[in-house]
Amino acid sequence: MSVQSNVEVRTEWGIVSARQAGRNLAKEIGFSSVDQARITTAISELARNIYLYAEKGEIIIEAVEEIHSTGVKHGIKITAKDKGPGIKNIRQVMEDGFTTSGGLGAGLPGVKRLMDEFDIDSVAGEGTEITTIKWNS
Amino acid sequence: MADSFSLMQEQYAKILQTYLQEKNEIGLYHAQQFSKKVLENQISPEEVVSLHLDAIEKFFPDLPQGARDSFEFLLEVMMGYGMAYREHQSLRDKQKELETEINVAANMQQTFLPKEIPSVDSLDVGVISVPASKMSGDYYHFVKDENNCIGVAIADIIGKGVPAALCMSMIKYAMDSLPEQRLQPGALLENLNRVVEQNVASNMFITMMYGSYDPRVHHFYYSGAGHEPGFYYNYKTDSFEELYAKGLVLGITRDTTFREYHKKVEPGDFIVLLSDGVTECRTDEGFIEREELTRFIHQYKHLPAQEIVNNVFYQLEKLQGFQLRDDFSLIILRRKV
Ligand SMILES: Nc1ncnc2c1ncn2[C@@H]1O[C@H](COP(=O)(O)OP(=O)(O)OP(=O)(O)O)[C@@H](O)[C@H]1O
Ligand SMILES: [Mg+2]
Repeated sequence: MSVQSNVEVRTEWGIVSARQAGRNLAKEIGFSSVDQARITTAISELARNIYLYAEKGEIIIEAVEEIHSTGVKHGIKITAKDKGPGIKNIRQVMEDGFTTSGGLGAGLPGVKRLMDEFDIDSVAGEGTEITTIKWNS
Repeated sequence: MADSFSLMQEQYAKILQTYLQEKNEIGLYHAQQFSKKVLENQISPEEVVSLHLDAIEKFFPDLPQGARDSFEFLLEVMMGYGMAYREHQSLRDKQKELETEINVAANMQQTFLPKEIPSVDSLDVGVISVPASKMSGDYYHFVKDENNCIGVAIADIIGKGVPAALCMSMIKYAMDSLPEQRLQPGALLENLNRVVEQNVASNMFITMMYGSYDPRVHHFYYSGAGHEPGFYYNYKTDSFEELYAKGLVLGITRDTTFREYHKKVEPGDFIVLLSDGVTECRTDEGFIEREELTRFIHQYKHLPAQEIVNNVFYQLEKLQGFQLRDDFSLIILRRKV
């Protein structure tokens, strides 16, 4: 299984490549087509934010696993990293209805709901790093 | 209990198959019922697409590849709906939470109002105060001093809902922190005006009417701060007159003074105090007239004060189709014969 792919995002092509890499790995891990669509949607949202607000950055896609007494849980981890302007008020952007697009449920809160784990770090003037995981149930 | 996803899958396959065989309205009716179930079980739109694909793959093992691929495409298109659906669910949860909080706050607010109306032998008092939504921007207050004088305040915060309610709790606190000894209505409003001016946001205005009834001499002294005029019912002439007190709304300028008025109250006479939610009761034909209101009061004047206010409220509520647009408060103090 491919260990990790890094996709540079600075154009819409980058967004598409990130989606592709995400879909390939999600398939390999055995995610259903519904989950594949969820994962690629999350990647799209994160990559578009890089493209729109930070100009460039990267999306890192990797397989992760967690060992439980009942067996091994497989998942996909997506990291979106950029050295853009950062997000000043993280709490605000994580609220529903804040997105500039007025997006119905889209944007970062939407990504959080599509995925199982979500973590955001951002420093104004330094950049943003968002990590999110989906487990295959 | 939510059915498991696999159970839904099975059921979907079954009703779809039946429909494909019989192609009748019953089948479609089942589909509609199923759609309710889907929502109950919080199944998102993209999952419904996959339910469908799974089912038809089973019925048509040699489904053309193109048809199958088109479902991948549809799945992507449905993702937006999926996200909107999840947001809707989370907003609904949030709304429930807010509602619970407001209910708690509304209960708390009820405790700000006097638990009982002080009684003196010569007075019959009736009070009703109903918020338009859960929280009220109306406030009333009663006190009785050692001489059995009854102080009565009615206040209306301009605006309604939660902001008005917050402001109302401040007024309650301000009233409670006034000096112990009885103040004349004018002086009391002057005191209160200073508190409001200092402590309440400049875009919040409070109107108030304060009166004091002295049962030893049967005089009613009152002052008003931009408040909706009340009525005075004269038993002997069987007529109403306006109970008006000139004065600026509370909180506008620091050194407002309030003129004091007084009335000699004869047996059977009564004083009506109200908030503007009573007169701004809007029907399909527009606001009700103040005369109309006095007509209602007159109609019930033979009843005890509490029953008058209850009945008047019921009539006005009915006129508005049982939907209050503003907080409603009505107080009647009648000198017993
Ligand atoms: N990588 C980033 N760098 C800097 N700012 C960001 C980044 N990602 C998001 N933001 C800021 O956070 C806000 C919210 O992002 P989010 O993706 O939730 O919504 P949106 O992009 O405004 O609208 P939508 O994604 O619904 O089209 C953005 O408007 C932007 O100001
Ligand atoms: Mg965005």
